[in-house]
Amino acid sequence: MIPEIGHFALVLSFAVSICSATFPLYGYFTRQQGFLATAKPLALLQGFALTVSFGVLIYGFLAHDFTIKYVAANSNLDLPWYFRMSAVWGAHEGSLLLWVLILSLWGVAVALFSREIPVHMSALVLAVMGIIGAGFLAFMLFTSNPFVRILPFAPPNGADLNPLLQDPGLIFHPPMLYMGYVGLSVAFAFAIASLISGELNSMWARWSRPWTTVAWAFLTLGIALGSWWAYYELGWGGWWFWDPVENASLIPWLVATALMHSLAVTEKRGLFRSWTLLLAIAAFSLSLLGTFLVRSGVLTSVHAFANDPERGVFILGFLVVVIGGSLALYAVRASKVSESGEFGWISRESFLLFNNLILTVMAVSVLLGTLYPLLVDAVGGGKVSVGAPFFNAVFVPLTAILVSGMAFGPLSKWREADDPRLYRPLIVTMIVSVVIGLAWPTTLGGEYSIATAFGVTIALWLAIATAVDFVNKTRSFGGVGRTFARVERGMFGMWFAHLGVAIIIFGIVMVENHTEHRDLRMGVGDRQQLGSYEVRMTELSVLRGPNYVADQATFEIYWGDRLYKTVSPQKRRYNASGMVMTEASIDPGFTRDLYIAMGEPLDGGDWAVRLSVKPFVDWIWAGAFLMGLGGFISVTDKRYRQRAVEKQTDSCVEGAKA
Amino acid sequence: MSRWVVWVPLAIFAVLVGFFFKGLTLDPGSQPSALIGKPVPSFQLTDLHTGKVLTRQTLPARPFLLNVWASWCITCQVEHPYLTELSDRVPIVGLNYKDSETAAKTWLAKLGDPYATQIFDPSGRLGLDLGVAGAPETFLVDSRGVIQLRIQGEVNDRVYQHQILPLLETLK
Repeated sequence: MIPEIGHFALVLSFAVSICSATFPLYGYFTRQQGFLATAKPLALLQGFALTVSFGVLIYGFLAHDFTIKYVAANSNLDLPWYFRMSAVWGAHEGSLLLWVLILSLWGVAVALFSREIPVHMSALVLAVMGIIGAGFLAFMLFTSNPFVRILPFAPPNGADLNPLLQDPGLIFHPPMLYMGYVGLSVAFAFAIASLISGELNSMWARWSRPWTTVAWAFLTLGIALGSWWAYYELGWGGWWFWDPVENASLIPWLVATALMHSLAVTEKRGLFRSWTLLLAIAAFSLSLLGTFLVRSGVLTSVHAFANDPERGVFILGFLVVVIGGSLALYAVRASKVSESGEFGWISRESFLLFNNLILTVMAVSVLLGTLYPLLVDAVGGGKVSVGAPFFNAVFVPLTAILVSGMAFGPLSKWREADDPRLYRPLIVTMIVSVVIGLAWPTTLGGEYSIATAFGVTIALWLAIATAVDFVNKTRSFGGVGRTFARVERGMFGMWFAHLGVAIIIFGIVMVENHTEHRDLRMGVGDRQQLGSYEVRMTELSVLRGPNYVADQATFEIYWGDRLYKTVSPQKRRYNASGMVMTEASIDPGFTRDLYIAMGEPLDGGDWAVRLSVKPFVDWIWAGAFLMGLGGFISVTDKRYRQRAVEKQTDSCVEGAKA
Repeated sequence: MSRWVVWVPLAIFAVLVGFFFKGLTLDPGSQPSALIGKPVPSFQLTDLHTGKVLTRQTLPARPFLLNVWASWCITCQVEHPYLTELSDRVPIVGLNYKDSETAAKTWLAKLGDPYATQIFDPSGRLGLDLGVAGAPETFLVDSRGVIQLRIQGEVNDRVYQHQILPLLETLK
C-alpha cells in the first residue's frame, strides 16, 4: 500500500508540472494575473509531492520492501542501512527521482526567494522549470518508474547494490552533482524567461547571478567528490580518468564558470548580453546532454546506467524540444539585442571576454573528445577511443593561458584602457614565481622535471597574484574584517576560488609528475621500501563483512625504526553479486598519500600488491573545496542580502567591482 | 549582432542530434544480448564431481539449460527446488561459478543435485566469456550449442512458462 502512495505522489507531481508548465505561460500571454499567480503555489505543491514520493522510496529501501522491483534490484537484506539510503539513488530510476526532486526544490527556492522579482518574470521562470520537470516526470512514469511492483512473486531477497556504489562517497556525490546540474536550470529558466518577455536588459543577469553561483559551487563540490570517490574506491589510484561521464560533468562546469564571469560583465556593464544568454542556455543544455549520454547507452563508461535504446530515444526527443526550442527562441530574439557600451582593449571586460573564450574552447574540446568515438562510429569509422593524451595536450597549454588572465584580470578596471603601471606588482610576483618554480624540482631529488617547474611556476604566480590583490583591496577597504563584514563578500568568493585553482594546479602537477608507484609480489614477512618508509606485510587473513567476504592483508609502515601506522587493505567479494572489489588503504597526509592496494592472489600464498606515494594529491580536492566555498561565500554578498530594500536601478552605474 | 550568427548554435545542435540519433542505433560495446544467436564460448574446464575435462563438444546434443550458480548465492538456493522439478523436463547443465569445490559439493549434497553435468569454473573464466553479471543466470542453449535466451536472476514457474517454454518448443 505504501509504495502506491509514492507512486500516486509521482503521478500527482506530473499533473502539477503540466499545470505549472502551462498556466503561467497562458496567464502571461493573455495578461491574466490569476494564472500568473498560480506559479508559486504550484511550485510549492510540486516540491511537496516529490518529497513524499522520494520519502516513500527511501522507506521502501529501509523496510526491505522487495515487492518494489527497483528495491529488489538494488538492495539486499544484508546491506547496511546507510547504503540502503544511498541505494535509493544508486541506479537509473531512483537517481531520476532524485533529479526531479532537486529540480522541484530549486523551484521551491525560486518561489520563496523571488519577492523582489516582477511577478510575470518569476512566473515565466517557474513555467520553464515546469516544462523541464514535466519532461523528466513523463520519462520516469513511462519508461523508468521506480515504483513498479513485482507481485505476486516477490523475491525473498534483493540482488544487492552494485558494490562499487557501497561507499560513503556515493551518499553525497550524486546529490551534490545533481544540485549543480539541476541548479543550472534556474539560470537557464531566467534566460528563457527574458527571451520570452523580450526584457533583455541587464536585470535578468542580476537576478540569475546568485543562482548560477550557487549551482556552480554545488557542481564544483559534486565533481570533486566524484573524483575523490574514484580515487579511493575504484582501486586504481587515479583521480581523473577522462571518462565520458566525468567529461559530461566537466563540460557544463566549464561553461558555467564562463557564465558566472560573463554574467558579471552583463550585470555591471550591460555588455555581452546575447553571449551571456547563450552561455546560460548552453550550460544547462550540456547538463541535459550529459544525462542523455549517461542513460541512453550511446557511450560506454564505468558510470553508465543500464543501456536502453528506448529511453535514449525519449531523452533525445526531449533534448530536441528543450534545447532546440531554446536555441530557436534565442536565434529569433537575440538578433534584436543591441550591445551598447565600449571598453578598452586592456580592461576588465577584455580580460573577462578572454576568460570566456578560453573556457569555451576548453569545453568544446572536451565535448569533441567525448563525442569523437560516437561521431566516428556514426560515419562508419569503427570503434575508437580518445584518451588522456588528447585532453592533456589541450588542457595544459589552455590552463596556462587562463591562469595568466586570472592573475591580471582582478587588478584591471572596468571600461577604460588601464594604466599599465597597475600591473607592475605582477611583474615582480612573476619573477619570484619563476625563481621558486625553477628551483622547486631540485628539492625533490631524481631527474629534473621541466613540467614540474612550469606547473609550479604557474600555480605559484596565481596564488601570489591573488594574495597581492587581496592585500591591496582589503587595505583600501580598511582591513580584512571590515572588507568581509561590510564591503565585498563577492571579492572574497573570487579570492578563495582563484586560490583554489592555484592549489589544484599544484596538486595535479605534483601527483602527475612525482608519483612513486610499484607493483610487487609480497607475502607475509616481506619488506619493501616505499619512499622514505618501509612497508612490511605482517598478516593475511579472511574476514566476513555484513554482505561480503574479504581477503585482508595487514601492513606495518615503519618510519626508520619507529612503527608509523598499521593498515589493512582488502579484496572483497560481495555475496549477492559475486563482484570483487579492491578496498585500498590510504594514509592521507598534507604532503603525500600512501596508497596500498591488493592486486591478485599469486600461487604460494603471496599477493600482487600495489604501493604508491602520491605527493600532494589531497590538494586537488582541497582546492576544489576552496572553490566551492568561494562560490557559497560570494552569494552572501550584501547586494544579494539587501536587494529587497534597494532600488533596482543602480545596475549599470556601479564602479570597479566584479 | 548579425542576423545569421545567432542561428549557428541551433545548426550545430541539429547536426549533433543527427549523430546522436544514429548513435542510438549503434552498439557501443558488448551488450549482454550480443551473445544471443552465438555459440557458447569455447572453454576447457573440469567436471566438479569426476574431474574429467569438459569442453564445448561435451555439451548435450539437445536443447538444455545452462545454469550459472554458486554456493554463496542466496537466490540460487531459492530457485533450486524449481530447477530440481524442471530437471525431469529439460536437461540442466550447471556452471559452478567462482566457488570452492568443497562448498559446492556440500551444497549439492545437502539440497540435491538436479544437474546433468557440473562445470567447475572457480576463476569465473567461462562466466566472464558469457558476460555473467552475477549468479544466478540461466541460458537456454539449442542442440547445436547456440545460445537462444538469457535469464538474469531467478528461474521460476512464471519465467519458465512465459520465456523459456515457448522458445524451447520451437527448438524441439
